[in-house]
Amino acid sequence: MTHITHVQDTRLVDVRNVRHLYGKASGANLLVLDDVDLTLCDNEIVGLLGRSGSGKSTLLRSIAGLIKPTSGQILFPPRAGQAPTTVSMVFQSFALFPWLTVLQNVEVGLEARRVKPDERRRRALAAIDLIGLDGFENAYPKELSGGMRQRVGLARALVVDPSVLLMDEPFSALDVLTAETLRTDLLDLWCEGRMPIKAILMVTHNIEEAVLMCDRILVFSSNPGRVVSTIKVDLPQPRNRLDPAFRALVEGIYVQMTQPGQARGGRQNEGLFPGTGVGMVLPRVSTNALAGLIEAVGGAPFDGKAHMPDLAKDLQYEADALFPIAETLQLLRFAELEGGELRLTPAARRYAEADVDARKRLFAQHLLAHVPLAGHIRRVLDERVSHRAPATRFRDELEDSMSPDYAEQTLKAVTNWARYAEAFAYDEGADLFTLDDPD
Amino acid sequence: MVFLSGDPKAARPRARFLRVGTVPSWADLIAFLLLAAAAILIVRGAEDMGQSLAVLHTTPVTLDPARLPEYALRTTLRMFLALGASLFFTFTVATLAAKSRKAELVIVPALDILQSVPVLGFLTFTVTFFMGLFPGRQLGVECAAIFAIFTSQAWNMAFSFYQSLRSIPSDLDEVSRQFAFSPWRRFVRLELPFATPSLVWNVMMSMSGGWFFVVASEAITVGNTTVTLPGIGSWLSLAIARQDMKAVAIGVGAMAVVIVLYDQLVFRPIVAWADKFRFEQTASGERPGSWLYDLVRRTRWLRALAAPLTWPASVMAAVDWPAIPKARFAPPLGAGRILDAVWIALVVASGVAGAWVLWTFLSAHLVFADLLTAFGLGLATLARVAVLIALATVTWVPIGVWIGLRPAWAERLQPVAQFLAAFPANVMFPFAVAGIVAFHLSPDIWLSPLMVLGTQWYILFNVIAGASAIPGDLKEAAGIFGIRGWQWWRQVGIPGIFPYYVTGALTASGGSWNASIVAEAVTWGDKHLEAAGLGAFIAKATAAGDYARVALGVAVMSIFVIAFNRMLWRPMYRFAERRLRLA
Repeated sequence: MTHITHVQDTRLVDVRNVRHLYGKASGANLLVLDDVDLTLCDNEIVGLLGRSGSGKSTLLRSIAGLIKPTSGQILFPPRAGQAPTTVSMVFQSFALFPWLTVLQNVEVGLEARRVKPDERRRRALAAIDLIGLDGFENAYPKELSGGMRQRVGLARALVVDPSVLLMDEPFSALDVLTAETLRTDLLDLWCEGRMPIKAILMVTHNIEEAVLMCDRILVFSSNPGRVVSTIKVDLPQPRNRLDPAFRALVEGIYVQMTQPGQARGGRQNEGLFPGTGVGMVLPRVSTNALAGLIEAVGGAPFDGKAHMPDLAKDLQYEADALFPIAETLQLLRFAELEGGELRLTPAARRYAEADVDARKRLFAQHLLAHVPLAGHIRRVLDERVSHRAPATRFRDELEDSMSPDYAEQTLKAVTNWARYAEAFAYDEGADLFTLDDPD
Repeated sequence: MVFLSGDPKAARPRARFLRVGTVPSWADLIAFLLLAAAAILIVRGAEDMGQSLAVLHTTPVTLDPARLPEYALRTTLRMFLALGASLFFTFTVATLAAKSRKAELVIVPALDILQSVPVLGFLTFTVTFFMGLFPGRQLGVECAAIFAIFTSQAWNMAFSFYQSLRSIPSDLDEVSRQFAFSPWRRFVRLELPFATPSLVWNVMMSMSGGWFFVVASEAITVGNTTVTLPGIGSWLSLAIARQDMKAVAIGVGAMAVVIVLYDQLVFRPIVAWADKFRFEQTASGERPGSWLYDLVRRTRWLRALAAPLTWPASVMAAVDWPAIPKARFAPPLGAGRILDAVWIALVVASGVAGAWVLWTFLSAHLVFADLLTAFGLGLATLARVAVLIALATVTWVPIGVWIGLRPAWAERLQPVAQFLAAFPANVMFPFAVAGIVAFHLSPDIWLSPLMVLGTQWYILFNVIAGASAIPGDLKEAAGIFGIRGWQWWRQVGIPGIFPYYVTGALTASGGSWNASIVAEAVTWGDKHLEAAGLGAFIAKATAAGDYARVALGVAVMSIFVIAFNRMLWRPMYRFAERRLRLA
């Protein structure tokens, strides 16, 4: 873990040894943040970069005071001659009140602080002006495009004069062009010092976005969430995505995010997904996406070996969406992911060339051999005379080691893969796993 | 979309305010007159209510058409007072249930049961209670009537509000926490607006139910006490007692006028206004319209006049309660669980105590055979409800689907079906009774249809809504593959309308049980018709002032209704939720 020494006076936020567990008090806990340290200083944009489930949003919400971490400290060091540090937040889903106009939405935070109506109006209009929402004051959120809505979210966060602006994937619900416009506009305001804020802390899963905007990037590993590295971005603003130095940084982060067993050593499949063995939390990846990725990597120009950044660009996937597919392939031993590179195994090449039935047979073999939960369900069904087993049985078993939501997601993922592989069947009405073929 | 637009401040709210002209329009004048008249009428009605009970005897209800407008006014006023009480109940009790886990434990099941209890049975108890509270004044009886309406309105409103509070979107919750909203501001800015659309819908349903009870509760006879409050309900019961068919018809007509008026002048504007609280970020295609709402928004003077209507809202938003310093004490680990256990023990204990009180009360006045009788009669009423709902289903589902698939028809007929559902069917009973008497028909069979007279429309308008909601692409796919006849019903029609049908049938069956109390025992002048059933049992006991039998009847009916809901409608509802949800 990298510690950066800063002059005492410029520290705005100090996060020390923060750990957070989700789940019931008894047993089934999921460690989402493990011993995280973070310092946010004056005049910097810091990005928290990681995959979903790496606890970066949890950390942001802890700083915003929305979550109380299980242990550790979040401090706002007092600074000589300065007002105490305050924070404000921008949400991924915008989180606007649909029944309030743009102006009222922006005023809402001031209202909560009991600012007098006249001053409220004045400050809100100034923020609206700053953020480029002039003329939309009386519009309702549903009348606005996504980009305009996020501007309202920004204005609402800025109007209360926070010293730190927290942003939770602020651009990920927007289309590519709109997101780019908003990023540039925000950076312009920041560079020109026209916003009252002293620092920005943003969560993102978009590697390029992080390199484009941040002065410092903290890369999080997942399961549990830890800071695996801190990357300083010294490129001058405005940054150019095609600049070789920019590309090199992006490339480097991809490599870091695909280190095998990021968190610890052990078997290849360990550490891919949270949990071990039957209790592994699996992502819901469609078999079409798996087949598609095998075919894409197997075909030209990759020929069985692809660089993740190139692949993401070629397939127009964001890293966050591509990783689970690649990792599921790795779990099934159809591919190996190392050093930012995805390599198909010989089995995957056979799969790519096979016809539909042979593909299903091959997939079933790998599924039952390498996905412990699938193998477990199949064994139980084989052992029973009736060849049927209620799904609740496995759901309960999973809930011993994960939250009910994860258990549901994992079971759905396995059910979906097993249906494709015809490894076993599932009757939704009866909530039953069976070996029967559908009539 | 330029971030740093240097545009001069274009449309600012204050500038807009200044543009409002000062010359009144014709619409302004009419609207002003309407508002002034409404204010005067409300004051008149309120004055009357405060009068002494003796006035009722000196100026009894008469069948003078000149007085009908006043009666209609007082009936309507009762409705709205009850609605106010229901709203107050909703905001306090439902909020408590949503905020406190301990309160929730008791309130939610209680609301669920109260929703299905035949509220007409309550009348007996409350009249005596309220008359004792304000001896010698009309106010006591008024309160009893208003309370009767309240008991028919409050539960589903409270339930919907509770459910809304529990499903507040998490991002908005985080925003309000991040900005440290005070509990009051959270209520005004987040919880109340979020709950408004479903609350408004439930208020409308409640009002429909309320008309039924206002008619039944204005002329109350409990044992030896008979009170007739001036109102349409009393007019009708007097007309029935005098066998005056013309007066009944006039009363029914007045009722229809009142319902159309309140729908057009109150609910349409409210629904149109509440549309802005619907929680969706995309603009919806169809917005509910209201000529009055548009009129208010378009006319200048009127907007200024209607502004006071928004005062409560803005005052509510502006009010800043002094922050109450929270007494934060950290309970030792496990204390929460012990407190929970104590609370549950307390609830169970009071439940047992309640059962004992009920038992001693009932066993002092009743024998075991009474219970058997009540259950037997309950089965008879159950058979009626089941058969009638089945008949209504067979009749209205095909018609509703036919209408729903034709948007032009649906648009015209949907309001009619809703009006019919809101119309208190009990005012139509005299016509049916006169017919049964005239043709010497068996009351056991021919009184039964009265039970669904008012409630069948819930099935119709829900089915229309369901059929119009079948997506166009599904209909097109069915057309391309030539799916028709029984296959169409099996694979397109029935699955498409099923969730809507279940909602409608659930409401209809609940309403029918309630209606059985007035439908199984009816009077036309000196002729008295009665069908064997639990409704007639309760009605008879009420008239005789036999509290024990009323309590028994109500309890047995509640058990039937709850069992019916749990064993039939709930599972169907869950099935529809799980398997037949489009989108």
